[in-house]
Formats: sequence, C-alpha cells, structure tokens
Amino acid sequence: MAIYQQTVALPARSRSERIVRFITRTPLHIVLIAIALVWLVPTFGLAITSFRPNSDILSTGWWTGLTHWNWTLHNYGTVIHAQGMGRAWVNSLIITIPATLLPLTLGALAAFGFAWVAFPFRDTIFLLIVALMIIPIQTSLVPLLKLFRQWHLSTPHFGIGAFAFVGIWLAHTAFGLPLAIFLLRNFFITLPKDLIEAARMDGASNMEVFRRIVLPLSVPALASFGIFQFLWVWNDLLMALIFLSGEPTRQPMTVRIPYLLSTYGPEYHLLSAASFLLMFLPLVVFFALQRYFVQGLLAGSVKT
Amino acid sequence: MLGLFLVYPAYYTIRLSFYQSDYLFNFTHWVGIDNFKNLLTNDPDFLDLSHFPPSGALVNNLRWIIFYISLSLFFGLGLAVLAVRVRYERIVKSVTFVPMAISATAVGIIWLFVYSPDINQGVLNAILHAFGHNPIAWLGRDDTVNYALIFAYIWASTGFVMVVLSAAIKGIPTEILEAARADGASEWAIFWRIMVPMLSLPISIVTIWLFINVVKVFDIIYVMTGGGPGTTSRVIAFTMYYETFPNLRPGYGAAVAVIMLILVLPVMVVNVRRFRSERVVT
Repeated sequence: MAIYQQTVALPARSRSERIVRFITRTPLHIVLIAIALVWLVPTFGLAITSFRPNSDILSTGWWTGLTHWNWTLHNYGTVIHAQGMGRAWVNSLIITIPATLLPLTLGALAAFGFAWVAFPFRDTIFLLIVALMIIPIQTSLVPLLKLFRQWHLSTPHFGIGAFAFVGIWLAHTAFGLPLAIFLLRNFFITLPKDLIEAARMDGASNMEVFRRIVLPLSVPALASFGIFQFLWVWNDLLMALIFLSGEPTRQPMTVRIPYLLSTYGPEYHLLSAASFLLMFLPLVVFFALQRYFVQGLLAGSVKT
Repeated sequence: MLGLFLVYPAYYTIRLSFYQSDYLFNFTHWVGIDNFKNLLTNDPDFLDLSHFPPSGALVNNLRWIIFYISLSLFFGLGLAVLAVRVRYERIVKSVTFVPMAISATAVGIIWLFVYSPDINQGVLNAILHAFGHNPIAWLGRDDTVNYALIFAYIWASTGFVMVVLSAAIKGIPTEILEAARADGASEWAIFWRIMVPMLSLPISIVTIWLFINVVKVFDIIYVMTGGGPGTTSRVIAFTMYYETFPNLRPGYGAAVAVIMLILVLPVMVVNVRRFRSERVVT
C-alpha cells in the first residue's frame, strides 16, 4: 500500500521529489476519481436524458447528447400535464408539510418534558421510546389501514379533499416521533441548567421556559430533525402505496412513477423527467441545509 | 399516540399471524402456527432448501445482509480514509453523499437506466459493448438480478457510512497517528491497529443502521424488478407486501411481518442496553 505511505511525506522540496510524489500518489487519485465517477455518472446520465427528445433517446446513448446538443423541455411538459405528475407533485407537498411539522412540534414538546420536567417513570418511558424506534413499519401497516378505514381517515369529509390525507399524516407522525423525541431530548439536556432554573425562579411556567429559552436555543437541532423527516416523508413509497391506494388523484410522485413504469414500460423520456421532478425539491433542501443534516446525522448515530 | 400507532398495531399483527384473514383484515379463522409452518417449509418463494444454493425471499435477504452491509462499510470506510488525503476531499464527499437525498424510487429509475440491456441506453452495457462483449440483461437473469439490486442500494447508502466514519476519523487525536508514524509503523498497520479499533463504536452503530435498513428493504425492489424475474428477487418485506395486498392473504403476510420483527428484536435489545450504560457513565 504505497498510497498510504506518501501522505506523511513532508511537502516535496525539489522538482524531482515532487515528480516522485506525484507518481506514487497517482493510484490514490485514480481510485478516488473512479469512485466519484461511479457515484456521479448514473444520475448525470438520467439528467441529460430528461432533456433529450424521445427519438434521440431511442437511437443514441445519452453520452452522444453531450456533443450533439439538441435539448428540449418537452419531456417535462408531457410528464407534468399529460401524465398528471404536476398533480402528484402537489400531493407530495400536501403530504409532506403537515407530516413534517406535526412530529416536529409534538416531538419538541415531548422531548422538553423528558429533558426538563420531572414525572414518574420518565426514564423508563424514554427507554421504551428508544426501543420503539426500530419497529419495522411493516408490522403496523395492516392494523393502521383497518383503523383508518373504521375512522374514515382516508376519505374526504365535508367536501374537503385534504381530509383524505389525515391518515397518512398521522401515520408519518407516529413513525417520526420516536426519532424526534430521541434527537431533541438529547440536545435539550445539553442546554445550560442554570439558565432554565433561573427562569423558573422568576416564575416562568414550563411552557414559557420551552418557548422563550429552549426553542430559540435549539434551532440547529430542530432544523436537523425537520430535514430528516422532510426527506423521509417526501421520499417514502411504502406508506403512500398502502394508505393512498386506489386514489390515483391523491397519490404522491413516489407512487405515480412506478405506475408510469408499469403502464408504459421503460419509456425513459417520461421516467427521467418524472424522476427529476421528484428529486428536485429534496436536493434543494438538502444542499441549502446540508450542515444541519450532517449534524443531526452525527448526533443520531454517533454521540458527539 | 405512540401506543396507538406502534404498540397496538404490533400486537394486532402478531395476533393476525395466527389467523386466516379476509381483505378487511378480520380475524376470520384461527389456524395456529400454520402460517409460519407454511412459510418456512412449504413456500418455495419464501424459503427453498431443496436444492443448492437455497433460494427464496429469506435467503435473498440473507444475501442482502451479507453483501449490502459489508460492501457499504468497505466503500464508506475506504472513502473516508482515502478522501482526507487529497485536496478535493469536499467534492468527492459531496458526490457520494448526494444519493442520501434521492428517493429510492428515483434511485430505482436511475439504475434501471444504467442496467438497461439496450446498448443505446444502458451505460453499463454500452461499456461492455465497447469492449466487444455482448450486452447482459442484468435485471432479467436469475444469477445477476439480486447483486444488481444490492449494488444500486449500496450506491445510495455509502454516503451515510462515509460521513459518519469520516467525522469519527477526524476525531482521532493526530498525536496518536504521528507517534505511530514516528515509530515507523506502516500506514497499513496504522489503519488496522489504530484506526479500526478506535472506530469500533461508530462502525458498530453504522452496521446496526445498515442492518435495520436491509431487513426493511422494499422500495427499490418494488420499483426495479417487482420481485422478478419470476420471484427470484423477492425479499422479506416484498413478500409481506405481496401476500397482504395484491395477493390478499393478510394473515400470511402478518406472519412474514412477525418474522421481520423477530429479526430486528436483538438490535432493539442492543440499543436499549447501550443507551442505559451510556447514561450511567454520564
């Protein structure tokens, strides 16, 4: 493993030393660049494809599109209008926003309780929640579906279509809560104790402490859970597939895209454009808030 | 609320697994452990030990567990160790990290396209063709389909492993590494004797995460192959979905879900134990 040995070397001084260093480090660069390409090319290829006319897609590989520019937005138009992906995109949003805000709010409140309010069996209940984090969704699908049908949580009420989403909002909330409580509680207990006790001495109620002190100090932790939950719900296929089945007009993009595939076969001019509509928003959120995402990831997995 | 949405359903599912059920998920008919017996001995799609190598969804999941976990760790750790040595570290890390934000549905489409047997579409077969090889239908053959799926999922998960381990590597005090180097230890020895032992905790946490992930893997298979060709790429979660919904045998599907629950139970115990011991320390 000559690659490793060179890294300790002090900055090369003479020209010949620099050349030797460059040559011995070449395998390292080759490996890294190869890996980067394997991770980049698949997405890149589909991105190019989504801008190529169907006749080009069928006759030549996407890589020829790099040198023979003939790009169009036509695929996106077809997918959004004719294939109903515009509607599906809006559905994804309707599902995702409440299903992110609900567990965030409830989770923060509960986490505050576990961190700073004394009540009986607090630690035992918290341990139980840690344990619940890994129950597979699959064990809950059938009973929840039955429950939602009984309570009519997956059909519109009073002429308001949004009622049909109540079931999936609640389901996502329930599955997001354990992680929310776990992450946020672990963050809240690191807040300075003096600050909270001083506020209590001044007569602040628990709610006031929560609103005035804990929330403003916890923006990074709240943001990191928010991003997690947003990505999880937006990208979820299984729960939407089960809880919104039989309602094509209410299904999110993750469910409509496989449907597109099963109806038309591998029509890549449609599939590529639809996939990029699906990926666009999470990627924007992800890049804008990457710092919080990584922090949350490290707090949730490795204790920092 | 958690009781209603997580605990009660788990109880209901366990009970359902001992029944035959209808499409309304009622407890129609008590069948005892017949569902489990059928699954394990009489359902070649789930477990077939009659020939070698054995096949079925359970065996496939085992294959997933072995290859997905080991290769994700291999790529993630390798990247974390190698990338710190170059100036473009940030770029390499970002590139591998991006799939974390991509839905498994989109990952499925991306890789469906890569694996396409048409040399004018699939980049993999285009490369084979350029070397004079005939195109291979990666997702259409019994012997390649599972590995093709597993690789697509590794592609999506490596970023996570890399980020966690890379942060942990940067947490190793540089004095230790420098002392070892001053004593003449090779980089290979430093990796195995110092880095790996010091990273054992984050590695075990990542392994647990990967394990839970792989027991539940569903989306990517649903999108890319639908369990096919035939039933050769089914896994436990796919069988659970298939039996319960399209096949309308919720009792049988519930038995599959219970098997999943049993598989992740040890992890639950480990997590609670670890959390307890940590609290004692602090």
